[in-house]
Amino acid sequence: MPKKYHIPIKTAAPRYNPIGKYATVEFREDCAGSCKECVKKKCVYGIFGENYTHASTMSEPEYLYTCMSCFRCVQECTKGIFSRVINPEYRTLGDDYWRPDIINSLWYQAHTGKVPVSGAGYRGPFVAAGFDSMWTDMSEIVRPTRDGIHGREYINTCFEISRRATPLKFNADMSLASEVPSILEVPIPLLFQLPATLILNEQVLLSAAKAARILGTFMLIRPQDHKVLSAYADNLIPCLSCENYMEHKEVILKSRVVELADAPDIEKTITEIRAIKPDSFIIIGIPLDETAASRALELSHAHVDTLHFYADEHGKELNTEDPAFLKEMIREIHLKLVDNFVRQKINLVFSGGIAMAEHMAKAIICGADGVIVDLPLLIALECQLCYNCRNGLPCPAKIDHHIHPEWGSQRIVNLIGAWHNQLIEVMGAMGMREARRLRGEVGRSMWFEDLEMESFGPIFGKRKISGIN
Amino acid sequence: MSNKKNNFQFPKIVRTPDRFRNAIGKYTIRRNSRCISCGLCAELCPYGVHPRYDNYSKPLRPLDHKCIGFKCKENDFFCIDRCPEQALTLRRNPILETLGDYRWTADMLIGHWEMAETGNLPVVDLEYSLGNSGGGFDKIRFKTPEPGDYLNLSDEDMDTSVNLNKRFDGRPEKIIAIPCYGGGMSYGSTALPVMVARAHAATLLNTLTCTGEGGYPQELRPYSEHVITQIATGLFGVREETILYAPMVEFKYAQGAKPGLGGHLLGDKVTPEVAAMRETVVGNALFSPFPFHSVYSVEDHKKHVDWVKEINPEVLVSVKVSTPTDVDMVAVGSYYAGAHVVHLDGSYGGTGAAPDIAKKNIAMPIEYAIPKVHKFLEDEGVREKVCLIASGGIRNAMDVAKAIALGADGVVIGTAELVALECVRCGHCESGRGCARGIATTDHELGVMIAQDWATQRIVNMYMAWRKQWCEILRQYGLKSIKELMGRSDLLVHLDYLDEEERSKYQPAPQAELII
Repeated sequence: MPKKYHIPIKTAAPRYNPIGKYATVEFREDCAGSCKECVKKKCVYGIFGENYTHASTMSEPEYLYTCMSCFRCVQECTKGIFSRVINPEYRTLGDDYWRPDIINSLWYQAHTGKVPVSGAGYRGPFVAAGFDSMWTDMSEIVRPTRDGIHGREYINTCFEISRRATPLKFNADMSLASEVPSILEVPIPLLFQLPATLILNEQVLLSAAKAARILGTFMLIRPQDHKVLSAYADNLIPCLSCENYMEHKEVILKSRVVELADAPDIEKTITEIRAIKPDSFIIIGIPLDETAASRALELSHAHVDTLHFYADEHGKELNTEDPAFLKEMIREIHLKLVDNFVRQKINLVFSGGIAMAEHMAKAIICGADGVIVDLPLLIALECQLCYNCRNGLPCPAKIDHHIHPEWGSQRIVNLIGAWHNQLIEVMGAMGMREARRLRGEVGRSMWFEDLEMESFGPIFGKRKISGIN
Repeated sequence: MSNKKNNFQFPKIVRTPDRFRNAIGKYTIRRNSRCISCGLCAELCPYGVHPRYDNYSKPLRPLDHKCIGFKCKENDFFCIDRCPEQALTLRRNPILETLGDYRWTADMLIGHWEMAETGNLPVVDLEYSLGNSGGGFDKIRFKTPEPGDYLNLSDEDMDTSVNLNKRFDGRPEKIIAIPCYGGGMSYGSTALPVMVARAHAATLLNTLTCTGEGGYPQELRPYSEHVITQIATGLFGVREETILYAPMVEFKYAQGAKPGLGGHLLGDKVTPEVAAMRETVVGNALFSPFPFHSVYSVEDHKKHVDWVKEINPEVLVSVKVSTPTDVDMVAVGSYYAGAHVVHLDGSYGGTGAAPDIAKKNIAMPIEYAIPKVHKFLEDEGVREKVCLIASGGIRNAMDVAKAIALGADGVVIGTAELVALECVRCGHCESGRGCARGIATTDHELGVMIAQDWATQRIVNMYMAWRKQWCEILRQYGLKSIKELMGRSDLLVHLDYLDEEERSKYQPAPQAELII
């Protein structure tokens, strides 16, 4: 049995109070002043413990970021002076796709490395757009392994970014005639790429690169960042283009994998890169637009290892007014390659909109080999997705100041450790013990449209509202 | 059963107020310093919003959770207008924004607190029957009934009972008086007074509750005729005598909140008492593995069922499974293995702590599973011989009725019972000392916050209010028994499957933007 993949999780406390959802407010003008029954002293979670100083300095109390929303102070105060509001800062986090609860959960995972757990059932919408309109399946009958993270059986989360020779050819004496490309395996089905349009300084780069090293994965970088990250060269993928690759020969020689931006006549550049470094693994970066599937088919015949399709930050198709979501685009590209019998030759990775661990699992079910994580890396470093940096304004989380790479890398390792455990949880429930087996395995999923048709169709007839709402 | 049939009498409703000083209501009434304490508001309000004691001249804070809000403006006792000093102001409680979620909205929570207090349907304008989830039960409506179908019978003459044994296999009938029984919540996950109160309430209502997987506290013995013993994968606390006590044994193969993942009791909750009951070590987290390591086929499952039936010749067997794609096959397999009850636990429910990724993403919502299994059992010709019970995301009386009309015989309720005990669904059942409100905790201080009698009556009250709703639905469609509602999906419509004109005749799905 191979050595079990282990992610070294260690608590990495945030530098600032995480912005919580609730804030407790008190109307002190009604306070009895010296009440022996003061609910602040009785708070089960002790959240008022650090908030006494404002009373002695006669200043406004801070919002209580750690309120666990049990309502006991609201309901037990003898004068009824407590109330509760949604923390106004919480409302400003992220946007419609990167919702505050997602950002908050990512912070928690980066802090603790733990799988987010809560009681009292699911509390979200019945169904929503994007990945929220599909469910992963589990089976009461087929159960190869179901022990999840607590179990004895090993659930393998590896994926490959190296191409495969298909079909294999054999000599008359049954010896292998095909030239088999070397294998490059990554122990977790995700790669890193820091978003270029947010803060990208040396500390951030070092934090992410170090985390990639610890996790055994790779980080896509700009070639100019290679020098500062040279200690982690084995885990870097410089992103080059047909125009600039000759300027970065040294970088190519030092890298196991390079990404090349898609361009006409790219085959020529691929040949030349292989001439510089014959054992180089090559990823082609392609925009996720309407030509993506056909381009994937064309490139599957080139000697490249992996295709990287990038959507926008919300997982949407590019260059169109009516964009499809990542989920549908992955299906389209995957099935195009399946239908043309080339899917096994090449790997597909997708970036843009991968916000939660479940997105990783669902993207793989749709047909990806792996995903690329971008914004969550910065969120792990306490980014609030306020996008101030894009407007030249100061970062409220001071990511543009000094960040210790030890702390930064541990936060990212914790986040990915929690994602890994969640992937194992859902794979265990599905009875899958190989992430590679999960690829395109839609039989292990249930889709909103199908369930509606199958269960409600016979009762209610034809659906008159298309889409989710 | 109707009350009159076999002398069973439903328990009395007893007003059981909030156990906290400041109850949360939909509206707030504030009294400012202009008040001269004339007492007119106290005299006027028939809902008791303005308490006043004879020997206490100062005005007391209004009990604003009893206020019926702006609709009171039509009344001549509207305190806001009648106050001679204009000292009172009324507004929607701003705290509502922070209460509830898409599935259990603030209105639904407050409505259930009121039902648990009064035993009646709320008089305040609360939407307690529909959530904000935008799908499933929240988009299903009962068709507009024909006025001529109305059955003029009193609640006492209506039958809301369900027979759990439809196999006629020589084992006793088990008729429960309401189409619900309590879901498994283990000793360890909930406070003992809560557990015992649930059993007591089940006894008074002539229904059942379930031990969950944590053993059988002796405090439950007086109610054992109404307590299901659960056998789950950890086999915690399962002994021969606990199988002998029970009228029904439930095999828990999976649970909707974390299908395929087993159970997890955090170390903090494993107190000396819990550890003794489960025969484990104090402070050590306990895992119920998934699956049963002795069951890898329907034949293995049958062996389990036979084993329990052999130990207790009177016992019925329920099989609790989750809702995967092949749930219909599982249900049929369970029936052929000898189960009396097939219990489907949908993915959106659950009371205890579960990974968020599991609650949202694994297995299908119960709304899809019920008709799928109902139809498959019909096609197999065994529907009449098995009792189909649904759970997981069934929140209120209307959800129960919809689940039955979709094809279930009855349902299992967990969360709503906890809401009756003033759960606010903060979701922190697992953290630190456990539930801060004393419901889901074994902490030596928090675990005794709830008085058992109070909890019993709150649960009874809630179900009695629910029964009023069921009876009204049945009357509207000319049905005398809830058994006649089973599988009557022809009485339902789904808003997304109606033309716009037809859809406009029904109450629209609530669509408030929530921050989650």
